[in-house]
Parts: sequence; C-alpha cells; structure tokens
Amino acid sequence: MSVALDLFSIVAIAAGAFFFFAGSVGLLRFPDSLTRLHALSKADNLGLGLVVLGLLPRVASLLDALKLVAIWALVLLSGAASAQLIGRALRRRGGDE
Amino acid sequence: MSVLQILDVGLALLVLAVAVWTIAAREIFGAVVGYVAYGLLLSLVWIRLFAPDVALTEAAIGSGVTGVLLVTSGARLKGAGKASAAAKPSLSLRLSAAALSLLAAAALAGVILALPDPGPTLAPEARQHLAATGLGNPVTAVLIAWRSFDTMLEKIVLALAVVGVWSVASDLYWGGAPAPLGRANPQGALLLLEQTLVPLGILVGVHIFWVGADAPGGAFQAGAILAAMWMIVMIARVSEPPPVNSRWLRLALVAGPAVFIVAGLAGLGMAGYFFAYPDGFAKPIILFIEAFMLLTIAATLPVLVAGPPRRSFRP
Amino acid sequence: MTPSTLAGLVGAALVGLGLYGLIVNPQPLRKILAFNLIGSGVFLVFGIVARKGAAAGFPFDPVPQAMVITGIVVAFAASALAVALILRLHEETGQVLLDEENPASLPTQEGAGK
Repeated sequence: MSVALDLFSIVAIAAGAFFFFAGSVGLLRFPDSLTRLHALSKADNLGLGLVVLGLLPRVASLLDALKLVAIWALVLLSGAASAQLIGRALRRRGGDE
Repeated sequence: MSVLQILDVGLALLVLAVAVWTIAAREIFGAVVGYVAYGLLLSLVWIRLFAPDVALTEAAIGSGVTGVLLVTSGARLKGAGKASAAAKPSLSLRLSAAALSLLAAAALAGVILALPDPGPTLAPEARQHLAATGLGNPVTAVLIAWRSFDTMLEKIVLALAVVGVWSVASDLYWGGAPAPLGRANPQGALLLLEQTLVPLGILVGVHIFWVGADAPGGAFQAGAILAAMWMIVMIARVSEPPPVNSRWLRLALVAGPAVFIVAGLAGLGMAGYFFAYPDGFAKPIILFIEAFMLLTIAATLPVLVAGPPRRSFRP
Repeated sequence: MTPSTLAGLVGAALVGLGLYGLIVNPQPLRKILAFNLIGSGVFLVFGIVARKGAAAGFPFDPVPQAMVITGIVVAFAASALAVALILRLHEETGQVLLDEENPASLPTQEGAGK
C-alpha cells in the first residue's frame, strides 16, 4: 500500500514539475505578453495542483491536508486575478509587446 | 555532492542572479518586480537556515509590503524616470565603485569563513528559561519576553517613521487623507480578489498570530498579512486611506508601544524591574501585548505605504 | 561547504552588489532598492551567526533571529520615509536626481536641502 502511495506521489509531483518546466520554457520562448501569460498561468494552476495532489498522501493530519489544498486555492485565485489584470492592462495599452 | 547540496547551490546562484537584475534592470518597474522575486527566493534561503519565522517576515514585509511601496511610488514618479536614464555615471566612477564593492564583499566573506563553529550562543539559556514564559517558540520568547525592550523601541521607531512621513506633507493638506492607492474604476477581477481573498487573509493572519506562541509565526508576520489585506481593500478602492487626523487611526498607531510601556511599568511595580512578568502570568501578558502589537503593525504598514496627506481636510 | 556558509557568502556578495548599485544608480528609488539589498545581505550574515549558535536541541540561536525580524521591519520603515522624501522632492522641484551636476533645475538652495 505504501509503495503504491509513494509511486502516486512521485508520478504526480514529477508531472507537476513538468508543467512548471513547460510553463517556464513558454515564458521564455513565447513571442508576446498574452501568450506568455497563458503559459505562466497553466504552469501555476496545473503544476502546483499536481504537486499538492502528490503531497496529499504524505501529510500527518487532515488539517495539514486542508492547508495544502487552501494554498493551491489561494494561488489559483490570485493567479487568475492577476492574469486578468495584466491582460486588461495590455489591451488598454493596445500594444502586443 | 548530494541532491540537497546541488539545490542549495542552485538557490544561491538564483538569488544572486535576481539581485544583479534588480541592480541592472533598465526600468524601475522591472527592478521592483525583480526585488519582489528576490525577497521570495531569499525566504527559501532562510528556511534552509532553519529560520521559518524570519522567512515569513522576509516574504511578507521585506518582499511583499516593500514591493507595494516601491510600485506605488514608482507609479507616482512616472515620467520623471525617463529623463534621469540619460545621466549615466562615468566609467571611472563605475570602476572604482566596483572595486570598492568587491573589496567590501571579499572582506565580509573572509570574516564569514573565519567564524568559529560552533559559535557563541544563547540557545542553552533559551532552552532553560523557555518553560517559564509558557511559550513554545523561542523566537517569540526573545521578542516579547527576554529582549522586549528592543521590540518596544522598534515599535516606537515605526511610530517615528509615521511622524516623519506625515511631516513632509505640504501645509495645505495637513489633516487630510493620503492619495488613493489604486486607480479610479477598479476592474472586476480586482474586486473579486478583494471580496474573496480578504476574509480568508484575515483568517490566516489571526491564525498565524495565534500559533506564533508555539510555532513559527507571531505578531510581526500576522500584522504584515493583515496590513496586506487592508492595502488590497484600498487598492480596489472599496475603502480610502483614512485622514491623518482621524482619532481611531492614531489610537491604533500608538496602541502597541503604549500597551508595551504600560506592561513594562507594571512589571516594575509588581515584580521589581522593568518588563518583569510575574510568575505564572507570563503567557497571558505576552499574548495581550502581542495582540496590540498586531493592531499597530497592521495599521502602521499601510499608513507608511499610503504616504503623507495629499487631499485637503474636510471637516 | 555547509548550507549556512554558502548562505553567508551569498550575503557577502549581496552587500557588495548593493553597495555598487547604491553608488552607481542615479535614481533615488533605485538607490533605496540597492540599500535594501545591502540590508538583506547583512541579515543573512546574521542568520548564519544564528545557525552556528545551534545548541541545546535548537537548530539555531533564537536571539539573532529575533533581531533580524525587528531589523526587517525597521528597514521597511526607513524605506518608507526615504520614499516619502523623494516624492516630496519631486513635487517641490520636479526633479528626481540626487545629483549636483544639474543644479539648474533647483529653484533655490533651500529646495535642495529638503
């Protein structure tokens, strides 16, 4: 049982790390701000979500698990809001720098 | 080299690279964003030094609140930055500055490598007397019990900083309110963030304050989180910075140091010397002082960010 | 090399970087940033003093750590005061450089002193 849980953690965290990697590559390589924003928010939301999912079987108590999920939810919230704000600011400026 | 060592070296290089970026970035905004990222990376270094309390403070105040301060003031200085970019220092000045900086860094590095290991420490004393305070977190015990005089003076420094910031106001605006922090007509996303994040943030702040007695956390970190929540409310223009002559604001600004001084004097009366906490009552007294410190920090940081009054006083 | 020595060397390098930025950057806001870099470098050096004081079951000496926490708050207060002075200088004189090479933009000698 514990081997299966370990395996689950490894797979989920590795997948999360892959999303962070892909998001960082997108941030560096994509041509304009909007597509870079897209890459970044995917990395944040999915990558961190998978890392949290992988860590869940390893927590000591239910409260710790709730804290981990709350951290993910807060990052989702602030990430979505700031991506929206940056996107609006870009459109207002009318540029695609 | 183990994996952890490789990660340590990578983290150190990353911190230095982002620090170079904040010095070398062409635009002020880029430099400030770099500084915020730098603060967050630095708090990871603090975790590696077994200092979670410092890591929380660095992330919340060193990176977060300082970042808001520099972004808002950079926006207020907008346009002025362009002209100054032309005035670059001469090559000889840059070379001599580089030589001086290298010398300072090398001297400091030499001192660090020569430090005795294990060094002089007060940790055994802390272990011995921790039980008497009723606390589980030695850093909180140092802050509010053993070196409470330092912490009280630090609160007074915060109050003096507010006096300093307010005193650069022009006479015209004295008694009025600072300029608003955000733009007019805030966007929906910002309002949504304000409505959802602020209640949660207040909950997290109170939690961090409460667990600070026994675990990493405490009045400083929790105060910074509450201050951030108030600043989000002001940036979303749901409330405006209060006028500097408002009575409740001034009370909140001095509550922390005032309660601290009163507790110190009470110690003089009850147990014989300034800041002596009577046996058995240390923990409730410490939590009482901390609660007012929390209020003062949560009020002071946004007031410092909002700056001097810029609108005339309307009675 | 232990993690704490590494962090101390990073702190030394940060002090050097900050000092360079403080001297070379003409914009006062950038000078504040550089000054904060020096500050955090000094805090890191303090942090390794705390780490090397590990004893009695604590992995650190709590006294230097507590001083770093108060130090971070005081550094913020100093930055806020400096920013307020810069903004006021800008309002009063329209300039943002602390540079004596172009005194023409200052209305009076008094304005420079503010």
